[in-house]
Amino acid sequence: MMGRFVLRRFGLALITLALLSVLVFIGTQLLPGDVGRRVLGPFATQESVDALNARLGTDRPPLVQYTDWIGGAVTGDLGDSITFARPVTELVGRALINSAKLAALAFVIVVPLSIWGGILAALRRGRLIDRLITVGGLSATVIPEFVSGIVLILIFAVTLGWLPGTASAPRGSGFFTQMRHLLLPAICLTLVLFGYIARITRAGVIEAMEADYTRTAILKGLPRRVVIRREVLRNALLPTIAVVASQMGYLIGGLVVVEVLFSYQGIGQLLYSAAQNADFPLLAGGVLVVGAMFQGSMLLADLAYSWLNPRIRLAGSG
Amino acid sequence: MAQPSHSAGGFRLTIPQATRSQRWQVLRRSATFWVGATIVVIWVVFAIFGDFVTPFDPLGTPADVLNRLEAPSGEHPLGTDELGRDVLSRVLAGARQVLTVALAATVLGTIFGTALGLVVGYAGGIVDEILSRILDAFLSIPLVITGMLALTALGPNTLGVIVVIGLVFTPIIAKTVRAAVLSERQLDYVTAAQLRRDNGLYVLFVEILPNVANVIIVEFTVRLGYAIFTVLALSFLGFGIEPSIPDWGLMIAQHRGYLTGGIWWPVLFPALAIASLVVAVNLVADSISQAFE
Repeated sequence: MMGRFVLRRFGLALITLALLSVLVFIGTQLLPGDVGRRVLGPFATQESVDALNARLGTDRPPLVQYTDWIGGAVTGDLGDSITFARPVTELVGRALINSAKLAALAFVIVVPLSIWGGILAALRRGRLIDRLITVGGLSATVIPEFVSGIVLILIFAVTLGWLPGTASAPRGSGFFTQMRHLLLPAICLTLVLFGYIARITRAGVIEAMEADYTRTAILKGLPRRVVIRREVLRNALLPTIAVVASQMGYLIGGLVVVEVLFSYQGIGQLLYSAAQNADFPLLAGGVLVVGAMFQGSMLLADLAYSWLNPRIRLAGSG
Repeated sequence: MAQPSHSAGGFRLTIPQATRSQRWQVLRRSATFWVGATIVVIWVVFAIFGDFVTPFDPLGTPADVLNRLEAPSGEHPLGTDELGRDVLSRVLAGARQVLTVALAATVLGTIFGTALGLVVGYAGGIVDEILSRILDAFLSIPLVITGMLALTALGPNTLGVIVVIGLVFTPIIAKTVRAAVLSERQLDYVTAAQLRRDNGLYVLFVEILPNVANVIIVEFTVRLGYAIFTVLALSFLGFGIEPSIPDWGLMIAQHRGYLTGGIWWPVLFPALAIASLVVAVNLVADSISQAFE
């Protein structure tokens, strides 16, 4: 029953999010001890620390603080940032738009490329090209973004001078200039995602090629190209879709490093500066939003997967 | 999606597991394993004996600021950094920081995760459900961000990095171990032990643990790769490392501003060191998973 599955999955996401909010609250408002003192440093007077704690509300009992914070979060109010003196939601929203541009470019490059690579590796299983794609993909996946990014900057920005080494285009520049600036950071993200998606695609294609329905199709005398397109790919790409959607979480983690390296004003850079400045309201709000987006994308991935897969869609109805 | 029950029949089909010697044979013939293992061993040797083999003092005392940012030469094969310290010495000595921190974090996570997974898998029920929810909550935020958050709250220090990564790994490893325990619990030897009225903890740690050891070994090597990745990302971002200690991530962060001036050696060489270590560790982890599963 699709309806019950959706409802159950949605409920689980909500429970997880509630737990996450408690963890974030503990991390940003209980663990630091005296929040005002942490923000202002050891040399501030006690009066100014008390004043800041009163303004932030961190002098109240933890339970009151939490209910107040989460109550605000539900209505879209995450408080004000200490360093920027602006609403957290506004700052996070603007940063997310920038990050979305970068992520979109990375996805446009990586999804077709890695699916093609995975199919190619599966069809040439065990040969040189397969080894190159799987071992090369694994290696590219595990190398940290700031390492591949440094090498890319060194080659394409410093030595060849083809592409800019920073991601932020000058104010008011057109679409193509913006994309040109985003190309190197997007390639960084692509390198990490390629191996992972290609690997899942390869496994899916191999499984589908060994399945009975493929054998039947071949024995029926259908041309290889038709068998691959109609039988193999349609079944093999199912897990790939789920994997692509579930990479959101990784992507945001990777964005922290990539955005810092290329000085890009996205969500990663924002969280980084919040952490550096001990801006706890901004950090808490930003992490909560990131977690909610991750849960949302996992939910969508699960729903897409079950909707595409009749074995799950129809399970329980019999 | 309820799993169909197989408990009705009087006997069950057991798939013979590969024996220890067979697994070693698979591993021994794997080229990727040997390439990876060789590189890892080289870095471990430098991590242990680094101080004795580096041509210069990696800490660069006394500071040689007159020779700062020198290009690679006969005296300094990989050049010098912004404080005139020998880059080769610092790259070699830098292996110690990342390897000890990542290893300590992974060991911590594996011990806690294994204990938790054994208990939860054996107890099942509500405990199991709670663990899954906590795990999901932890996994909703990328490890680098969790690390940043915790180190901001606790103040940056190396011990903090170890504890944070270890704590996040705990539920992840617990979940894997739990799944393995669940399938072991159905087997006859566990039923027999329970009929003998053996102590539950005894059954868990003496009877079941050795049989899920493979799963734990695979999980450990995979997690070690993630730990190295995270430790380096955090030190690149400036969290958790004292600035004087030679550290690859920090070296890159401190010198990347010089790149546009054509000074590439204090950045590229630590970057290559990182690439060689993480790729090697993951080649080993990958071949171990393939041999053991």
